[in-house]
Amino acid sequence: MKNKSLVSINDYTKEEQLRVLEVAREFEANPVQNILTENVIASLFFEPSTRTRLSFESAINRLGGKIVGFSEASNTSVKKGESLRDTILTIANYSDLIVMRNPIEGSARFASEISPVPIINAGDGSNQHPTQTLLDLYSIMQTQNTLDNLHVAFVGDLKYGRTVHSLVIALCNYNTTFHLVSPVELKLPSSVKMHIKEKKLAYHQYTSMEEVIPQADILYMTRIQKERFSDPLEFERIKNSYNLHKDMLVQTKENFRILHPMPRVNEIHINVDPDPRAYYFQQALNGVYVRQALLAIMLGYR
Amino acid sequence: MSEKVKELKVSAIENGTVIDHIPATALFQVIKMLKLDVFDQMVLFGTNLESKKYGSKGIIKVSNKFFKPEELNKIALVAPHASIIEIRDFQVTRKTLVEIPDTIAGIVKCFNPNCITNIEGIPARFDVVDKEDIRLKCHYCEKITVKNNMVFK
Repeated sequence: MKNKSLVSINDYTKEEQLRVLEVAREFEANPVQNILTENVIASLFFEPSTRTRLSFESAINRLGGKIVGFSEASNTSVKKGESLRDTILTIANYSDLIVMRNPIEGSARFASEISPVPIINAGDGSNQHPTQTLLDLYSIMQTQNTLDNLHVAFVGDLKYGRTVHSLVIALCNYNTTFHLVSPVELKLPSSVKMHIKEKKLAYHQYTSMEEVIPQADILYMTRIQKERFSDPLEFERIKNSYNLHKDMLVQTKENFRILHPMPRVNEIHINVDPDPRAYYFQQALNGVYVRQALLAIMLGYR
Repeated sequence: MSEKVKELKVSAIENGTVIDHIPATALFQVIKMLKLDVFDQMVLFGTNLESKKYGSKGIIKVSNKFFKPEELNKIALVAPHASIIEIRDFQVTRKTLVEIPDTIAGIVKCFNPNCITNIEGIPARFDVVDKEDIRLKCHYCEKITVKNNMVFK
């Protein structure tokens, strides 16, 4: 895994994914370690991001590494028309590893093929965001003590949500039972369902989440965006039925936890936040440990 | 010795390759894919010819050229039932069918306008994920290009 780029969650075998989670646990126990003092990491964010960029930069700082980079492309030579190829080849000279978010799909795969230093894909348009998937897996592991044989419910926009697609595909390795809750217009695409069917796993589809909550070990909430609907009236009709309130959590399993890749708008009411079953802020923190683990592994320190 | 006598719409070649059972609509695409438009030997072709199996068909006869399977298999995207006949000294020495390859590079554009291949002008590469229905998964953006939105370079 040393020096190997991470572009898509499928670049890692199940064993490699579990290895990242194992190392992440070590960083959760001991987050400040000066292991990257000799390293410079490039953080190239061609489009704005809050959580992903700051958690990467926090991870690098907590490991004693140095950061070069930018948080939007407008002040860089990209604005002058420089190709991604030239940008990557240049910045690879200045750094030992490149973290990149770029709105162009496939840009991370391309960068990984031309770059002499490893690339971590921090999101390429609607395509892949593998570090999110790893931190989701880590959060499930930490709350359930296992990844195997769980009932995982996904709620909201299952059609366009890239985090949902990658996590569903990753969970197909762990004998998961899927509960898919979405408006009809935003159902999980067949290209993703194909992976569930290939592994002959059980999945159930719903349009309302009430009946799912008592069965679920994990409730993975996502945001429904108004612009996804061709008919704005349809959005108005359904928008509140995918919002989670405290009073909906009367009957749950003991190990039940609520996850959300964030940012949330109103799909989880703030009255859920103090509940011990609400795990989404801890989930965002787990992103730091998982990214620390990836940096340490890819640069050969673990 | 009984020899079937039939009128040839496209003259025989002495040595080379005959590509038969090309859909009539795909003939010029096949010519382009095999770069026969810039080939320097004799190339004979016919299209909208009668075919018992397919209604109408195209045929190409290329002199003094024997293709490698990987050169020919890419035409399966537009001519999935094409047969390849090698001719030496006017005799058929080998007859095969094209096979859809596992990967496709450089000949089809990714249909996703936001794919890096369309933005930086990189040759698109695909894994063929469905050979029956022809579905190509982009190596870069991972989106699926289907038959209906295939654009050839």
